[in-house]
Amino acid sequence: MNGFLMTNAPALLIMLPLIGAFATPFIGRVSPRVRSAWVLLIMTLTTLTALLLASDVFLNGTQIYVFGAANPDLAIPLDSGGIPIRIIFTVDAMSALMQVIGAITGFAVLLYSISADRIHSGLESFYTLFLLMIAGIMGMVSTGDLFNFFVFLEILSISSAGLIAYRIDGGLAVEAALKYFILSTIGAMVILIGIGIYYGEYNALNIAMIASRMQFTLLDQIALVLIIAALAMKCGSVPMHFWTPDAYSMAPSSITAMLVVASQASLYGLFRVVFTLYNVTLNAMTVGWIIIILGVLSMVVGVTMAIPQKNVKRLMAYHAISQTGYMLLGVGVGLAVLGNQPLMESFGYIAMEGGIFHIINHAMYKGLLFLTAGAIFFRIGTYNLNKMGGLGHSMKYTMIFFIIGALAIAGIPPFNGFASKLMIYESVFAFNPVLAVIAMVVSILTLASFVKVFHSIFMGPKLPEYETVQEAPVPMLIGMGVLAAIVILFGLFPQPVVDGLIAPAAHALADQSGYIAAVLGGA
Amino acid sequence: MFWNLPFIAVATLSLIGLATVVTKKNLIKIFLGINIFEAAVNLFLISLGYREGGIAPIFTSAPSTDMVMATPQALTLTSIVIGVATSALLLSFAVIIWKKYGTIDTDQIRRLRE
Amino acid sequence: MRMSKLVRTGADLLYPFALIFGLYIILHGHLTPGGGFQGGAVVATGAAIVIVAWAYEDVAGMIRKVTMKAQESAGLLLFIGTAALALGLGYAFFTNVLANSGSLFGLSVPFGPNPGELNTAGVIPIMNIAVGIEVWGGLTVILLYLLSGLNKKEEGS
Repeated sequence: MNGFLMTNAPALLIMLPLIGAFATPFIGRVSPRVRSAWVLLIMTLTTLTALLLASDVFLNGTQIYVFGAANPDLAIPLDSGGIPIRIIFTVDAMSALMQVIGAITGFAVLLYSISADRIHSGLESFYTLFLLMIAGIMGMVSTGDLFNFFVFLEILSISSAGLIAYRIDGGLAVEAALKYFILSTIGAMVILIGIGIYYGEYNALNIAMIASRMQFTLLDQIALVLIIAALAMKCGSVPMHFWTPDAYSMAPSSITAMLVVASQASLYGLFRVVFTLYNVTLNAMTVGWIIIILGVLSMVVGVTMAIPQKNVKRLMAYHAISQTGYMLLGVGVGLAVLGNQPLMESFGYIAMEGGIFHIINHAMYKGLLFLTAGAIFFRIGTYNLNKMGGLGHSMKYTMIFFIIGALAIAGIPPFNGFASKLMIYESVFAFNPVLAVIAMVVSILTLASFVKVFHSIFMGPKLPEYETVQEAPVPMLIGMGVLAAIVILFGLFPQPVVDGLIAPAAHALADQSGYIAAVLGGA
Repeated sequence: MFWNLPFIAVATLSLIGLATVVTKKNLIKIFLGINIFEAAVNLFLISLGYREGGIAPIFTSAPSTDMVMATPQALTLTSIVIGVATSALLLSFAVIIWKKYGTIDTDQIRRLRE
Repeated sequence: MRMSKLVRTGADLLYPFALIFGLYIILHGHLTPGGGFQGGAVVATGAAIVIVAWAYEDVAGMIRKVTMKAQESAGLLLFIGTAALALGLGYAFFTNVLANSGSLFGLSVPFGPNPGELNTAGVIPIMNIAVGIEVWGGLTVILLYLLSGLNKKEEGS
């Protein structure tokens, strides 16, 4: 049984959410409680499978899974002449890390959503689309085949567009979903053009196959530009960030937390294309500086647009753009010194580890902040900062979770934001001091913005219209508590996390030959 | 020059589609622009599969065995299906916006501001 | 709004032909061009002809949303169940366990150009049928919901 689970874990990781999503309309017809129990069961099984697969990958190296072969390890069929012709899931340490992030965030958000979204109607569609989103995220980060990546990207964007427009809100949510979906569709078509260019040149769709045949011709440069532009749009970096505030603020709060993970899965796609597909064949300094510029723009524009906002979720959405800039900055610095082994050893790997650690930290504390905003909305019905006040008297647990999230995003020790930001500051300073100064100024502005938000929501005398407000329901508090516990845990003990989870991921990302050998040379 | 004609058509259709999305004000015309762009990308994928002297990869009553690979056709089929799902979702968004806002002119669908 | 009697009669006569043609395309997907999605789209076009020719209120009793939604979910479950069947038998996910095996669709494919043998290709015709049922249900549901959404006019604010 254990062996069966271990070998088939990559397939189970997408099979379980898909079976759950397709069976939910039938099971939901029995009663709402049975449906909630079914969805929770599927999500628990998916989380356990993701953790099992992650432990296997971190102990034993890159795992592959071949769809449709007699044996899951048979990457190159015997009569094909050395070409992997089937769809292969290649799970290396970076993919395993993203799977763990997606699974844990999905589990916490589902616990929160079972009580928070109970008031809506049409819930079997809601949970079906939610499980399809989970399947899309898991598929995107595990696959080793470019066209399969595009298909899962489209599954993810169609189901999240449906979920953003879920609470119609007099048409506002549908307008936000429309903007998100039009941009997302055009971006996906541009990615498909890039994939078509690769297929036309190298006659292969497998990432390891294209990477082993890659020469950096003019067509490859065009494809690189198209794919970087489209994936940077999908993760919400400036100057393609215009869908982010609308979509994040109009979606139900549980879906906003999952949208953060979805944006980071697109960020993973960007890193996979640049590092594994191209690696040292491209001009690392130029492309690295382009990604650094995107990161710096996102950081600065995000935090300056966040300061005058009155809608608390729009403010948090602009901060999400700003934090994505940190990740792009860290990994961009790592990319700029790729191929230069002494510089990589001294600060390149630390920069990449800082960026990747920031991905998991951001998912945790940003999800926590959005869930607290949703809890406040659940009790008082508004997101407008001018109308809130004095909630610290009645919603004590929510206030504590909000403080944890706000201190983590500002980079205050002992929370996890400080650990990853310190790594980014040190390594970026060794590369170029101006960038590190900009990063620190942005961090101070983030702290100022969240002090303002905290003061206007929770401090002050109790307002008369909020006399009867109680604490949020217990399932919502448990969901928030899971994320808060990880925020505190990663902040207090960052070194084991970096050594055990993040450093293998960074080394696996920068190591193209190991990836190719796992698919083509070995099994 | 003649053998590049499919790719020239792809470039022309993409530019027409993108220009429609950027300049038009009616929501349905924007969706038609997205559809034209998707058609251009499908044409690009199909025209990558051309091999001189090859026939379609169907064994039923085939005249010879010099066949092209079936991969670009599978990619295009998947892309067409995704295009259908995308169009269906966009059109249902248009129906809801027309019911709630009373108009489908993008200059008036601007309630989400700063 | 109903169409004229000519259109309604024509739609009634054309619907069975579209149905048969679509089912033929679905079932012969492994021999001739076509397969699940294409055949399902043709059958849904047949249903669309009937829905457009008659007024929505007349059709809503016969082609119900609940039935079509259940059909869509059943098709999807059949698809993923067939894929998981290979997992239960010990192979990888999505393996073609029925090809060349002698059971349901398991005859061996004759080599070279030939008129085509329906009983071959294992799991592929089953997945074609599943996708065809799903696409038929899905596209009809989309049509029904778009039409019913437009019929009830609401005040724009």
